[in-house]
Amino acid sequence: MIVEALAFYLFAAVAVACGVMVITSKNPVHSVLFLILAFFNAAGLFVIQGAEFLAMILVIVYVGAVAVLFLFVVMMLDVNFAELREGFAKYLPIGAAIGIVLLAELVLIGAGWVFGPDVAGVAASPTPALSEATNTEAIGRILYTKYVYLFQGAGMVLLVAMVGAIVLTLRQRSGVKRQNIAAQVARDAKAEVTVVKVPTGSGV
Amino acid sequence: MEIGLAHYLTVAAILFTLGLMGIFLNRKNVIVILMSVELMLLAVNINLVSFSTHLGDLTGQIFTMFVLTVAAAEAAIGLAILVVYYRNRASIAVDDINAMKG
Repeated sequence: MIVEALAFYLFAAVAVACGVMVITSKNPVHSVLFLILAFFNAAGLFVIQGAEFLAMILVIVYVGAVAVLFLFVVMMLDVNFAELREGFAKYLPIGAAIGIVLLAELVLIGAGWVFGPDVAGVAASPTPALSEATNTEAIGRILYTKYVYLFQGAGMVLLVAMVGAIVLTLRQRSGVKRQNIAAQVARDAKAEVTVVKVPTGSGV
Repeated sequence: MEIGLAHYLTVAAILFTLGLMGIFLNRKNVIVILMSVELMLLAVNINLVSFSTHLGDLTGQIFTMFVLTVAAAEAAIGLAILVVYYRNRASIAVDDINAMKG
């Protein structure tokens, strides 16, 4: 139990510190790297809670795909980030004020709220005992049966996002030589090759 | 030293607030704004997983997966728009995004 508490405080403290660094660091590359560290620590929090499948998904999807995408874009765009940071001090008071108000509201909600007495009996899909099925197996059992349409819908969302990203960023530049495979395949020897009778001793 | 639901909810609330503050502090930088939105979605996911494991109801974890899906799609589309915008205007400052006079 003491190990769990220590692990929780470690992961939580590093995650919050990384969140602070994401929004305050001068260099956006550092922001992305701190975001990656925050995701890793959130994955650690998931593991402590026993949601190890989602922890792995978080590391693979977020760190492996989304954060690397951010890193690519930050490095690809040649932007003067110091210029974009102007006004940081100007917006600090209102940002801090709104943040404190929101945090106070969230704390008030959290403090004045308890579970209903019969909430444990109304679970939509109760977690099976760990001896019966692991977390991954239990998620698979309901994801591919009860929530299969939502699963397909999530696939469609990803497909649309992929098509949209490609359509947005694809561009046909004029004046660039491209390989035309159809034209290459359609060539035949009769049209392209001519046999020239070269007289002996006079060259071509 | 018992780590309960309230501890996780506190972490999630702090992360959500940080994400919101990030949007205000980096008003000119779209990339950091997108990162702040990711931070807020992460806080939401921590909330969902905490309630899911606390109540013994796996639906919360299923929902977290869908939130992750939408967040990944949103990041991909957002960054694609950003790249196209940079190609056209050679700038990503939020103040310059005024072509539609919004």
